[in-house]
Amino acid sequence: MSALATEFTVAPTLPKWAAPVLVLIIAYGVVPFVGTSYLFEAILLPFLALSLAGLGLNILTGYAGQLSLGSAAFMAAGAFAAYNFNLRVEGLPLVGSIILSGLVAAGIGIVFGLPSLRLRGFYLAVSTLAAQFFVQWALTKFSWFSNNSSSGVIDAPTLSIGGIVFSGAAGRYLFSLTIVTVITFLAYRLVISQTGRNFIAVRDNETAARIIGVPVLRTKLLAFAISSFIIGVAGVLWAFAYLRTVEPAGFNLDRSFQILFIIIIGGLASIRGAFFGAALIVVFPLVLARLGSFLLGDIFDSGVLDMSQRIVLGALIILFLILEPDGLVSLWDRIRRRLGSALRLTRR
Amino acid sequence: MTIISKFKAVALSAALSLSVALPAAYADEQYFPLQSYRVGPYAAGGTGFFGGFIDYLNLINTRDGGVNGVKLTWSEGETQYEVEKGVEVYERLKSNPGVAAWNPLSVGIAYAMIDRITQDKVPLITINHGRTDSTDGRVFPYVFPLLLNPYSETSGIVNYIASKEGGLEGLKGKKIVVLYHGSPYGKETIPIYELLAQKYGFELQQIEVPHPGNEQQSQWLTIRRAKPDFVVLRGWGVMNPVALKTAAKVGFPVDHIVGNVWSNSEEDVIPAGDAAKGYTAITTQASGAEYPVVKEIVKTVYDAGKGNLEDKKRIGSVYHNLGIVNGILNVEAIRIAQEKFGKRTLTGDEVRWGFEHLKLDPAKVEALGAKGLFHSINVSWDNHEGEGYVTFQQWDGAKWNVVSDWIAPDWALLRPIIEKSSEAYAAEKGIKLRTAEDADAVSTN
Repeated sequence: MSALATEFTVAPTLPKWAAPVLVLIIAYGVVPFVGTSYLFEAILLPFLALSLAGLGLNILTGYAGQLSLGSAAFMAAGAFAAYNFNLRVEGLPLVGSIILSGLVAAGIGIVFGLPSLRLRGFYLAVSTLAAQFFVQWALTKFSWFSNNSSSGVIDAPTLSIGGIVFSGAAGRYLFSLTIVTVITFLAYRLVISQTGRNFIAVRDNETAARIIGVPVLRTKLLAFAISSFIIGVAGVLWAFAYLRTVEPAGFNLDRSFQILFIIIIGGLASIRGAFFGAALIVVFPLVLARLGSFLLGDIFDSGVLDMSQRIVLGALIILFLILEPDGLVSLWDRIRRRLGSALRLTRR
Repeated sequence: MTIISKFKAVALSAALSLSVALPAAYADEQYFPLQSYRVGPYAAGGTGFFGGFIDYLNLINTRDGGVNGVKLTWSEGETQYEVEKGVEVYERLKSNPGVAAWNPLSVGIAYAMIDRITQDKVPLITINHGRTDSTDGRVFPYVFPLLLNPYSETSGIVNYIASKEGGLEGLKGKKIVVLYHGSPYGKETIPIYELLAQKYGFELQQIEVPHPGNEQQSQWLTIRRAKPDFVVLRGWGVMNPVALKTAAKVGFPVDHIVGNVWSNSEEDVIPAGDAAKGYTAITTQASGAEYPVVKEIVKTVYDAGKGNLEDKKRIGSVYHNLGIVNGILNVEAIRIAQEKFGKRTLTGDEVRWGFEHLKLDPAKVEALGAKGLFHSINVSWDNHEGEGYVTFQQWDGAKWNVVSDWIAPDWALLRPIIEKSSEAYAAEKGIKLRTAEDADAVSTN
């Protein structure tokens, strides 16, 4: 958890807002004009949705120390809630249904967070599995959630905010990017506030936190609520902006694990960690797939290639975690420090 | 500065690997992007189907030099039957020139593609499966659930059970359990079974088996308690042999289980061993390697070492033959479109026109060397299914034997239900119903 310390270290010569602002300038000013539809549809849209889900889980697991395996369930709750608000409430703007769906996910998160008052660690993780199975079961069982569509698949509505329609790949990218930017900013403000410090206090030593006057129960439930809200919105992005369709089975336990791996690989208790982790989880298999089919596509069929990619990916993750157990964030910071000192040396 | 230059090199190589160019197309090529799946729980279906499809395309290239001189090309991307992988492969392959049609063989992936292919104006083929209301070409111009949509399949199965009970009257008071796969594909027929149960007066219970379905003890205990006259197995992949084995274990007679069109392959019954002997299933294409077109594939493709199936024993199996039939339908659609638009690389919209005029009567099917393999097809601009006929086959422990004639599903009964559903979809999405004139307007780019 030493990632926390590195969170606030900055490159020696730049103010700390410089890097995010630079990223945003590129993301808004350059990418929409040069990106191809493949870049948006296959890389950036899943990356943004999973980053946001990772960010949500990182608040719960990384900052507040509560392990959860229910992330995909909260994504599903968000996606289906947004679909139903959009369908059934006349005249509700899309932003309204997204916020409401986040609140629904937060409500479900609080309910399934209640065991955290008694359970810790792996026992809590197992009890959050209940959320995973219950939500998926409910969405499959009651066809009302998918508007009685015979196959249980929902179609995403058109994305529009205040009369501006975000159609096309680049439009949906900008839509997702804006939501992710706003929520990331709010999450950043949250973790440096008193509430954020309470989260960390509860994570590091619950008894000590109680003694210094942190309301432990309320803090834990708040962490579940905020985390589920963010993950719920991520579910909306996944369904509406990325896949444009969704079925309950798409939010299975595999997805929950994927989100957990994102924050472990990216770096726990770090805002940037979710983005680094999601980038690796989304982009790396694609690069491997491309490389594999380019180099060996004529010799092996796609099934063999796919199997070998999994082996390579697994081996790389193990190797990487041995070399850098604190995640990509601390690797990145180390590289930056070295680069910084190298630059200073050359300047002299 | 060496570190920086090293990073530059790494970044450059990463960027290069992302932009790996696929083989450039020459003037007269028609390209099939294949979202195949050769690993995962549904690999048996994927390898057989895509194997047969590729074998037929190979046959056309080798024997005829392509379709009227236009060479057929393809490349594969692995989806593992997962929606987001299917979308990724779609985005990766769609920019290749001369895309003819998409054949994902997955309802989930097909659903995710409907908006995208409609925008791109390229046909999406969901042979024997897919979204039922996409049969209505007025609402879904680019989606083709060829041969058999799920509702027609349901009607065919219910009619077959009725024939065992002495006609549709005999269904009254009977009890049927539908055991379905917990996926969009599996759930597609829930409302139509309910409707037919009301219409014919049989008692109905529909039980879900969660994906992938390798544990069904509780479902079959429920079935044993319910004591149905027939069980309809609407399975997929590993769920099917497990169902047959579990049925044997709880003592349900196998000859009272009727499989649907995705529970009808050798891969579904062989792993179940003796438990599958006597099991009956619906099909649109017979199995076996005795049909002229399959023989030619063996001679021209496999004997030249270019066959796609690793296990040659699977030649002529149900999935392999379905892939071949799918190949025939795709190639003939291109041929029909070429008659109108010229013998060159066609646009997706021109191929769509070809599919909408895909009429193969039994005589034409025989000329293609596929007599008995499948019956016929008659697609029109507003009927994208094309009135496929079904037959029933029984497993004797070594091979499938056909036990019925070619049967027509009750299309007249189903069409109003399909139109109601598609019109509701059109209203929800603000789609204007297409007319015959719209269907004849073809975009050439």
